[in-house]
Amino acid sequence: MSLVARLDVRREGFSLEVDLTAEPGEVVALLGPNGAGKTTTLRALAGLLRLDGGHITLDGVRLDQLPPEQRRIGVVFQDYLLFPHLSALDNVAFGPRCRHVPKADARRTAQEWLTRVGLAEHVRKKPRQLSGGQAQRVALARALATEPRMLLLDEPLAALDARTRLDTRAHLRGHLAAFGGATVLVTHDPLDALMLADRLVIIEEGRVVQTGDAATITAQPRTDYVARLVGLNLYRGRAEGSTVALPDGFALVTAAEEHGEVFVAFPPSAVALYASRPDGSPRNTWPATVTAVSRHGDALRIELTGPLPVAADVTPAAAVHLGLEPGREVWATVKATEVRAYRAVQ
Amino acid sequence: MTASLATVVCLILGVPLAWVLARQEFPGRRLVRALVTVPLVLPPVVGGVALLLVFGRRGLLGEWLDQTFGVSLPFTTAGVVVAEAFVAMPFLVIAVEGALRGADARFEEAAATLGATRWTAFRRVTLPLIAPGVAAGAVLCWARALGEFGATITFAGNFPGRTQTMPLAVYLALEQDVDAAIVLSLVLLAVSVAILAALRDKWVAP
Repeated sequence: MSLVARLDVRREGFSLEVDLTAEPGEVVALLGPNGAGKTTTLRALAGLLRLDGGHITLDGVRLDQLPPEQRRIGVVFQDYLLFPHLSALDNVAFGPRCRHVPKADARRTAQEWLTRVGLAEHVRKKPRQLSGGQAQRVALARALATEPRMLLLDEPLAALDARTRLDTRAHLRGHLAAFGGATVLVTHDPLDALMLADRLVIIEEGRVVQTGDAATITAQPRTDYVARLVGLNLYRGRAEGSTVALPDGFALVTAAEEHGEVFVAFPPSAVALYASRPDGSPRNTWPATVTAVSRHGDALRIELTGPLPVAADVTPAAAVHLGLEPGREVWATVKATEVRAYRAVQ
Repeated sequence: MTASLATVVCLILGVPLAWVLARQEFPGRRLVRALVTVPLVLPPVVGGVALLLVFGRRGLLGEWLDQTFGVSLPFTTAGVVVAEAFVAMPFLVIAVEGALRGADARFEEAAATLGATRWTAFRRVTLPLIAPGVAAGAVLCWARALGEFGATITFAGNFPGRTQTMPLAVYLALEQDVDAAIVLSLVLLAVSVAILAALRDKWVAP
């Protein structure tokens, strides 16, 4: 049940051109900022949006000319869209009923699915009587009860509070692992993507900017958005041996050697700040001005401008000691061994 | 009786029309919506004249209907129904269209991904969701049809037992037997008040 799709959707002021593949049993996460085209991609796959070009092939069968009801693609919508006038049971039985399964059989199937998602006691309840987490499970059961060839999830956890989210995520993970077809899931939360997906596809402004497994993407981000997502400082420059020249004239020294166009990345925790120019200075040293200070876990995240705009993590004690506040001028250093360079052109 | 038939006609024609107006994008939608509401502002007598011009024995459609099927609408019970439906339809269409616009179209999309055809989605999802709106529209429609006078008398005339409706009977009775007119009027008043009382809650909190 592998998916091979090229989606071409044009809107006024927006165009989407996305190549997407997913193997049977694989979970692919579409990750990107708001307005990047994630939900548009999902709607195009489901048939709720007409393609302006490209194709959708699932198991070698072209789907893009079929109306949504003939595609057999299960969708879990962001706000679930459970039918408010039907009980949980009838919501789940709706799909089988549409496939002309007799009423009693459809209800038995629905009962089984609701039991499987742990809602056996709630079958008679109307959607408005269910909690957010329960509604999410009903929506999942409803999509799976149609025996779809592919499963699409639009921000499946976005509507939940933090605690429910944790439980539901683990629960969802189990069900996605048990599902035999391809799954495409849309999220703007990197944690959801890392926890649920086998492979990430990063979309920005309607284009795929990076794909890969979680380890590759977190280690080697290729755009500012991804770098911010995984919490790295990221720059692009030209490497000559262990020196990388950045466009604005600044040069960073790296431990390993590389040549040509590269990305350079280092974590904020690798940046050290000093009140005055450090003695016997490490080679990556530059003057910087604090622009913002915010909490980041146990540390403080300091945003700095200067020849190299950078984010640094320091302990609250160090921040007090240095008197870090917006406008304060400091010296920043990064050890060459902390700076990783990797080729920009793959 | 004819009012109920007219309401049924309005439901059969009006609900799909409202769905088209609320859900489909097509050129001239504004014009169609304006045409639907014309009977609201048109004096009913003028509506009756218009119906005569279209369905009359020498009318645009009437002549063809008469020659092909031998059907003639004016001055028949069916004519009464047509006249009442013509005048009352806007009430239903406006109420149902409003309910449809209020209902989330994405429920229909969700139904489609579950394998429902458009018709199934409409019947099993949309219609139950807008049922209060349809009911309110149908009752308004019925009440308007019940009270219809001008278009009916113009298009269908006033033959007792065939095309005479309650308001026509009241008008006639007023000239011959004032007491009978008052009784009939009171019956109509009671029916109207009963309907309004039953519907008030739906208008306040639809």
